[in-house]
Amino acid sequence: MNAVQKSESGWRPNPRAAGRRRSDRLATALGMIAAGILVLVLASILWTLLSRGLAGLSFAALFNPMGPPGSRGGLANAIVGSLIQTAIALLIATPLGLGCGIYLSEYGENNRFASCVRFVSDVLMSVPSILVGLFVYQILVAPLGHFSAIAGSVALAILAVPIIVRTTEDMLRLVPVAMREAGAALGAARWRVTIFLCLRSAKTGVLTGILLALARVSGETAPLLFTSLGNQNWSFSLNRPMASLPVAIYQYAGASYDDWVQLAWAGALLVTLGVLAINIAVRFSARRG
Amino acid sequence: MMNETDPQVALAVRNLNFYYGQHHALHDISINFPARRVTAMIGPSGCGKSTLLRIFNRMYDLYPGQRATGEVMFDGVNILEDSLDLNILRARVGMVFQKPTPFPMSIYDNIAFGVRLHEKVSKSEMDGRVQDVLTRVALWNEVRDRLKAPAAGLSGGQQQRLCIARSIATRPEVLLLDEPTSALDPISTARIEELLDELKEDFTIAIVTHNMQQAARCADQVAFFYLGGLVEVDSADRIFTNPRQKQTQDYITGRFG
Repeated sequence: MNAVQKSESGWRPNPRAAGRRRSDRLATALGMIAAGILVLVLASILWTLLSRGLAGLSFAALFNPMGPPGSRGGLANAIVGSLIQTAIALLIATPLGLGCGIYLSEYGENNRFASCVRFVSDVLMSVPSILVGLFVYQILVAPLGHFSAIAGSVALAILAVPIIVRTTEDMLRLVPVAMREAGAALGAARWRVTIFLCLRSAKTGVLTGILLALARVSGETAPLLFTSLGNQNWSFSLNRPMASLPVAIYQYAGASYDDWVQLAWAGALLVTLGVLAINIAVRFSARRG
Repeated sequence: MMNETDPQVALAVRNLNFYYGQHHALHDISINFPARRVTAMIGPSGCGKSTLLRIFNRMYDLYPGQRATGEVMFDGVNILEDSLDLNILRARVGMVFQKPTPFPMSIYDNIAFGVRLHEKVSKSEMDGRVQDVLTRVALWNEVRDRLKAPAAGLSGGQQQRLCIARSIATRPEVLLLDEPTSALDPISTARIEELLDELKEDFTIAIVTHNMQQAARCADQVAFFYLGGLVEVDSADRIFTNPRQKQTQDYITGRFG
């Protein structure tokens, strides 16, 4: 009846609205400040890294092996050493992680052993990496009596495995039941369905997990200190100490020689660029998948 | 009545009971599936028709806790026997699902995958087989130029026809279809229904459907299930014009379910 009057009272401002608007603005502002600080920290790291690292990134740094201060030494042996050790670590970790992830997703339902494996793998993911280094020192370095590149690779592999296990299991679980049933309905044995259908349709996700594991271990220093130790010279023997970028950074950053410190910055920049490249590859492969 | 060695009967079900753990899902089912005929199974959701279908290729074996008792005779063997080789059974009894399930590979390989599981065939023989089954499902002209393209790029209706092609490529004797058109548009549905008419010259077809018109159009025999029991089975004409049971009458006229 009295529509006009009703409307007036209906549009009367809520006495609490102003207070709500204020707290809304406050929460937004706090959130933006937190985000801003985070971005600032990262930007500052990257800026320092770029400005100092680019200066040290010379031809000599990339192609000469490490050398005594003032001798135009570089990081070439550390770069190659890092590539070799992470490659071998991945060669060890990928089949182990894939196998374990496949087991957990395809055969590990309502199974006590599987839940145990899953728990151990998750715990392993958060174990401090220096402990992994000490562990490998105890089982591979101490008994053999010398540091070795292979021990470094094993330590990195131990860090990579749980990441691969987790992503492989998660990605395989995303494969619809219908796919497994359709495979079985054609008379395919279970292992065939798992390998040729499930793993295949989870391919991009699984690959992403492997790349993430690679990104994670490629900057690790602590597990290498007790295992592959580092090396001033060229060495391609897996049975001997081998140089690596993170360890070289660790040695050079604290040195009192300017050219060493500069090389440490260059090395840090290289590691960061490498990890960045891997992350971009991950994004790329995830988007395609 | 038809007996179990009757060559006219592809599947003979006797006193079949099925359990999901404690839940008794099918009660004492006895029914014959005539060879090279289409049998449609109708009934409200949860009445057990899909459950019955999934017994014929022992799909339930994938899941612990599910079990069947009774007898399902197929080519002189009770397929419920534990000793049965499931992969051979599934090569002889194909299945198409509600949603198209293309494998993550090319159109060609989708078909070759199943064939290679059971036979050694040469490249040229495989090419012929692929063309043959794709022609039979009326997909050949649409995909002949992109056999190496991923099957996921096909439309839903095309994917479902590919799945039917994949199932018949292993040359089964029985084809099980679990609501094969419920995810498809009317045009794709009509195509698949036409296809059933041609396929029944070579295959015994069992189809689960919620679509009365579909059952009436495609089926020679119709079975009505309700609450895990078989209420009535008869020729499609009889079921849709003059069913014996009142429940059947009520269901097909849409009074419940």
